[in-house]
Amino acid sequence: MFETRAGIFLIAGFGFFILAFIVMAWVPIAIYQGEPELSVKELAEQGLTHEFIDLAERYPKQFKEHYGDVSEESFAAALKLGHKIYVGEACWHCHSQQIRPVSNEGRRWGGESYAEEYQNEFQRPVLFGTRRVGPDLIREGGRKSNDWHIAHFYKPTSVVPVSVMPRYPWFFDSDGYPNKKGFAIITYVQWLGSWHKNYPYWYNRGPALPTKTPEPPPGFEPTVDDEKPKTGVAMSDAETNAGA
Amino acid sequence: MAKATAIAAGNAGTGRIVDTDRPLVDEKLVLCFFIASLSYVLIAMLAGLLFSLQFLQIYPFANSEFFSPGRWRFVHTQGVAYGFIANAFLGALHWAVPRLTGNRVLSDKLSWFILFAWQAIVLATVVGVLSGEAQALEWGETPVWIDPVAQLGLILVAINFLTPILKVKGPMYVTLWYLIAAFIWTPLVYAMGNFLPEYVIGGSAAGAIGGLFIHDLVGLFVTPIGWGLMYYFVPIILKKPIWSHGLSLVGFWGLAFFYPLNGIHHFLYSPIPMFLQYGAVISTIAVELVVTTVIVNFFGTLVGRGDALRTNLSIRWFYIGMVFYFTTCLQCAFQVTLTFQKVIHFTDWVVGHAHLVMFGVFGFWILGMMTHLLPRLMKARDWYCNRWNHWHFWLSGIGLFVMFIDLMIAGLIQGFAWRDLAPWEDSLTFSTPFWKLRTLTGIAIVVGQCFFLMNVYMTWKHMRGAASTTPMPTPTGGGEPAIA
Repeated sequence: MFETRAGIFLIAGFGFFILAFIVMAWVPIAIYQGEPELSVKELAEQGLTHEFIDLAERYPKQFKEHYGDVSEESFAAALKLGHKIYVGEACWHCHSQQIRPVSNEGRRWGGESYAEEYQNEFQRPVLFGTRRVGPDLIREGGRKSNDWHIAHFYKPTSVVPVSVMPRYPWFFDSDGYPNKKGFAIITYVQWLGSWHKNYPYWYNRGPALPTKTPEPPPGFEPTVDDEKPKTGVAMSDAETNAGA
Repeated sequence: MAKATAIAAGNAGTGRIVDTDRPLVDEKLVLCFFIASLSYVLIAMLAGLLFSLQFLQIYPFANSEFFSPGRWRFVHTQGVAYGFIANAFLGALHWAVPRLTGNRVLSDKLSWFILFAWQAIVLATVVGVLSGEAQALEWGETPVWIDPVAQLGLILVAINFLTPILKVKGPMYVTLWYLIAAFIWTPLVYAMGNFLPEYVIGGSAAGAIGGLFIHDLVGLFVTPIGWGLMYYFVPIILKKPIWSHGLSLVGFWGLAFFYPLNGIHHFLYSPIPMFLQYGAVISTIAVELVVTTVIVNFFGTLVGRGDALRTNLSIRWFYIGMVFYFTTCLQCAFQVTLTFQKVIHFTDWVVGHAHLVMFGVFGFWILGMMTHLLPRLMKARDWYCNRWNHWHFWLSGIGLFVMFIDLMIAGLIQGFAWRDLAPWEDSLTFSTPFWKLRTLTGIAIVVGQCFFLMNVYMTWKHMRGAASTTPMPTPTGGGEPAIA
């Protein structure tokens, strides 16, 4: 058996592989098969994020151009494209989406990962990640403002001087406003973790469609600026400051 | 050339009459695979080097979408796995399998088709990932529309090689055990990893499958072919049989049983059921014990021929690779424990480990095989310049070893900084000196490969220029029939 063709072909080749597959893959599949897996549409139906609505209000012209109205459909479309960018730009090679119950990770990022939150279409294939150059992102939504993300995607060192994250100028149009990709990736990143009932601290998903402007978080003082920004305020300022 | 005489010995006992008009081995094909492999190694390593500049905030093409650093990281890993290693293995297999079995591969035309089809697949992968079409599967970032083609290619490769192997009557040499298993495992692993988590299973269970894929691609594709070729080349170059047949058996069956069970150790402390994580940890430690038997076997073979380490560069590549293999597996047995995982998971430690395995072990073995075979394939008397080959060896060896140590220390520093809740930016500041050194070691490795590529080119040019008609002297043992 140990040196024959049949033994190697059937036992080592197929046998051991199938055995390992049953033990190591089929068992978790069987364990989690009762968990419903949410589609993007179902995720969008859980309610829009404040940040998505904020993007639409802040950049009405550009938003209208790329995504039309604020709706579950446009939210789903933005999430979907955002996820594609997250995968295609290899964000997941430097950012994990998994908080372990050790090494104070729960304290740093708020709550350890659990099986249910991976039961959705965006976790095909799962985005646990194996390397953290930048921080974990599965609780990132709502942690930073849209402005922060816009500046950060355009030029990470403008907000985090030691950052080694690449620049993504192709998320912005020639005027410096976020383009379709920019809206998408910010929507996706700001959505991560928004399924938590009490996270981040003030976060509550609004009704499915906003009937009025969502409540700002307590203590948040919006800067009133009636004048429409002329050209890419956040980015060009950041550029100028960095250059100076 | 390896013709009927070689066949008679290699195919002892079958009594088959073999067509002697065509050589058993299509040497031009082997050469083409090696050239393809060397082209990709340069591209892949330059991609890695380029990516490393991002960590120093001096990335030269920061505003170019096409040169987005993350996408070039895909090129780095995909280029190494499917361009460098797969091509080199295909070449070496086309050299070794016919000699070991006495049979030609199923079809020479199929082999040439595979050569071109595989380059098309790898190039399409590079274009795909550079245009942002990657699949979110580590080591399997090949865009989803290439996966079925690559799958078909792997099945064709398996059929092409399994046909001559399964025709062998009587006992089979160790290499063939590994190869049979590898040709079954590889298509299965590829199918499991690329299709199940994308189309069938989502969530944490898909994480388990992703872990199996990451691990099995190394463990069930690269490792068995790599060891199989070592069992072929080492005894031939040393001109002596493997030390212990019993240990060969233990090594093969131990690997076959324990290796496929390891995958989940890539996602410890994840929502994958804990008892499976324990199982993966234990079987990983078991692999280390199995690996020890294989290493003992090969060093037992070396006893009495230790001078070959000095005199034969291929043997030196092979055995330093084995030392690194043992290091890797020993490291693995520790780092896989939950205690180590608390600190080192997600850090550069893992990156160092991956470089040690893929380049330090399998890359070194491949370069050793090429050092041995390329002059023969180019019909050259010897290398154009043996000194350059030594530069290649030492730059690669020292570069890789320093990189490994450097990233290991960086990983520990990052891990402890995170655990101690230091601000995130601190872990970047702390890592910067290590990343600088990493880039330098990367430069050393790339320069080393340039020496080798230059040598290949000059050897080829020299041959063409000389148009020598003198028969080539047989380098040490290279053309002899396989021990069977």
